[in-house]
Amino acid sequence: MIATVTALTAIVFVNPVPWARAQMAFTLGFHIILVPLGVSWAFMTLIANYRGIRHNDRDALVLAQRWSKFMAVTFAVGAVTGTVLTFEFGLLWPRFMGRWGEAFGVPFGFEGLFFFTEAIFIAIYIFGWRRLKPWAHFWTGVPIVLAGIFGSISVVAANAWMNAPAGFTLDSNGNVITVSPIQVIFNDSMPWQAAHMVVAAYLVGGFLIASVYAVGMLRGRRDRYHYLGFVIAFTVGAVAAPIQIGIGDGLARWVYQNQPVKFAAIELVPTTSSDVPETLLGHLNDDGTVTGGIPIPGLASWLSNPSTGKATVVKGLNSVPPDEEPTIRQTNIVHLCWDIMVGLGTLLFLLAVWYALSWIFRRRMPQTKWFLRAAAVAGPAAVITLEAGWVVTEVGRQPWIVYNLMKVEDAVTANTGVWITFFAIVILYALVGATTILVLRAMGRRFRRTEGFTDQDTPYGPSALAEEVSAGAGETVG
Amino acid sequence: MSTAVAGVLLLAVVAYAIFGGADFGAGFWDLISGGPERGERPRDAIEHSIGPVWEANHVWLIFIFVILWTSFPEAYASITLTLFVPLTIAALGIVLRGASFAFRKSVVGLRYRRIFGAAFAASSVLVPYCMGAIAGGIASGRVPAGGQPGDPVHSWINPTSVVAGVLAVAAVAYLAAVYLVWDARRLAASDMTDYFRRRAIVAGGIVGVIGLIGIFVLRADARYLFDGLVSRALALVILSVVCGFVALVLLVRHASRGARLLAIVAVASIILGWGVAQWPYVLPTNLTFSAAAAPTGTLAAVLVVVVLAALIVVPGFVLLFVLDQKGLLPEEGVDDEPAIDRPTAQ
Repeated sequence: MIATVTALTAIVFVNPVPWARAQMAFTLGFHIILVPLGVSWAFMTLIANYRGIRHNDRDALVLAQRWSKFMAVTFAVGAVTGTVLTFEFGLLWPRFMGRWGEAFGVPFGFEGLFFFTEAIFIAIYIFGWRRLKPWAHFWTGVPIVLAGIFGSISVVAANAWMNAPAGFTLDSNGNVITVSPIQVIFNDSMPWQAAHMVVAAYLVGGFLIASVYAVGMLRGRRDRYHYLGFVIAFTVGAVAAPIQIGIGDGLARWVYQNQPVKFAAIELVPTTSSDVPETLLGHLNDDGTVTGGIPIPGLASWLSNPSTGKATVVKGLNSVPPDEEPTIRQTNIVHLCWDIMVGLGTLLFLLAVWYALSWIFRRRMPQTKWFLRAAAVAGPAAVITLEAGWVVTEVGRQPWIVYNLMKVEDAVTANTGVWITFFAIVILYALVGATTILVLRAMGRRFRRTEGFTDQDTPYGPSALAEEVSAGAGETVG
Repeated sequence: MSTAVAGVLLLAVVAYAIFGGADFGAGFWDLISGGPERGERPRDAIEHSIGPVWEANHVWLIFIFVILWTSFPEAYASITLTLFVPLTIAALGIVLRGASFAFRKSVVGLRYRRIFGAAFAASSVLVPYCMGAIAGGIASGRVPAGGQPGDPVHSWINPTSVVAGVLAVAAVAYLAAVYLVWDARRLAASDMTDYFRRRAIVAGGIVGVIGLIGIFVLRADARYLFDGLVSRALALVILSVVCGFVALVLLVRHASRGARLLAIVAVASIILGWGVAQWPYVLPTNLTFSAAAAPTGTLAAVLVVVVLAALIVVPGFVLLFVLDQKGLLPEEGVDDEPAIDRPTAQ
């Protein structure tokens, strides 16, 4: 059968460019949802764990233990989908890797290091609840948090390098002859992009997990366990939200200065001009005009450089030759995703303000159901915000894979069978994604079924007798 | 410097075979351990054995790729262009395997456990076969230089690839069985000790037979590799054969601890032998390591990573294994509630 597939691959010629892009976008878009959980969930778990040990808080301890069990699943799925990406760099973009691997690849060496550390300590932490001493066990969780942060910084450094390639010299044929790893890693775009992603991981992770508990509370599960789960996670997201707006603003200005075409796509600016309006929604037509949407006069210029205000000149898409600018469709995608990211990000920020004001003035979280409803929606909304932001940076770089140095069409594999792997991957990931959600839900239900806490739920205690547990849990199943 | 990085690459392959390989092998025994009743005990032993360590074991593969694409990018491009099909199958298999193993640990219903278990076990066999076939395609000189695609079919459907693929499946099964003997003994499960001991002996014998066949196949199909194995790498080949044989003797005589060590040496030395035999080529006989090597700045960075790995990752890895071996990592997902399965198991 495999041979048949291969034969088909050879016979059916399909341009690999769109399929390779679609597959990369799909697999990265899938993986990026798991990233926030891998990076920030361990931190939240440690907060609960700390509280549990320090204040002898049984609910917090059980929460931490259950979170670590959920984490085992999401981390496993994240690990395998991340491994697929290391295959895909070569399978989809062999010419890119062949020519730039020596520079682009460097940050991944460090990423491998951090990922390894994360995998080791996550295993120790998840499996060590019962037999390790409480504080020793707590400390085995700390490397997970650090490795998660530095691992994502490393990966984003590689992506930032594609936006701001640096740290190499080329010979007359365009081949890399020397590499300066430090300059590759600490390229110009790296600090902004890395900060933006790490904070995004905390923002999305916090809101996403909090939304699960918000739904639980809306369904009447108003116990302290749900309350803790909500407050710890939501607070992390709420703290990240204002920070993210500041970083996002700085990154946008970096893009304005260094990637003018991407910025033009973001702001929907066909021709170079000053006094550029900030257009909300709307779209670019084939003839280069902008229609629809709500223009806010001068705001895009003003935001790009407040010191020169409305007089700030914003370069248009036409500032580069037509074959170096994104297509009309890509431009509209970038602009729409930008609006989605900024719009949803602002709403999440306002929700965080509501939460903060309630704590400041009432010393408790907002009590109304409308807040919980909003918080329940905030989780998925945060994921959409993350995806939209990632689309802005990736599609906005088109047609380049390495900014100003290599185009996507020159990087792609010659293999014409990519469309087959695309569908195989989509089907497999759809199954894995759906199953992940089902398994997490089933775990949650099982945890709830135990009604309060059986002895085996108590971490750091002697392990329970299996018969006792089965007597309690068996009847609800069978 | 490219020699040092090539050495690191080879060691990473060895580590992946020894640690990751054993996980795949465990999946193989899971696959053939029979129905839910009969296979329950061995499956429990397998799950217990690889539960805490499988993710860490598979990071070695990521390391291999990273070293390859940073240090020898031309070779990486050629390999991925040529061996597109088996690499894709391996990637899909890895997703299926990792996800279903994690899911299986986290669900209770027998039906779901069976589905995930089957996916886990089947992909556990598929992935090492593909890896072996890829190694065979590279070793037999079917991957061209220059970031160019070779034959998309015959590069991995050829005598060397078939032998290497089957050998990989048999070798990881053998390794896993040897480890599982040790684990079962540690857990004082004497029936399982014997169960896996018998299987280890059979698998070891099969590995030996495939190895013998392989000699003739390589002689006909991968001449450069064969010449290297009987000259430069001869000492390693002999070491592997001797260790493999003594390990079998020890298994027969119930000395599982020594058998485990010797089995590891046997597998490690044959992989090292492969590397030495195809030296100085990364893609025999089309591209040498030194010709494919990245600029020194990159290679230096890779070596820095390796040193950091030795300082950070290795102690962590040792800690993980020590804790695991001492039984300090007992948490097994839903195994907290083992009895829940029973009412539904008919």
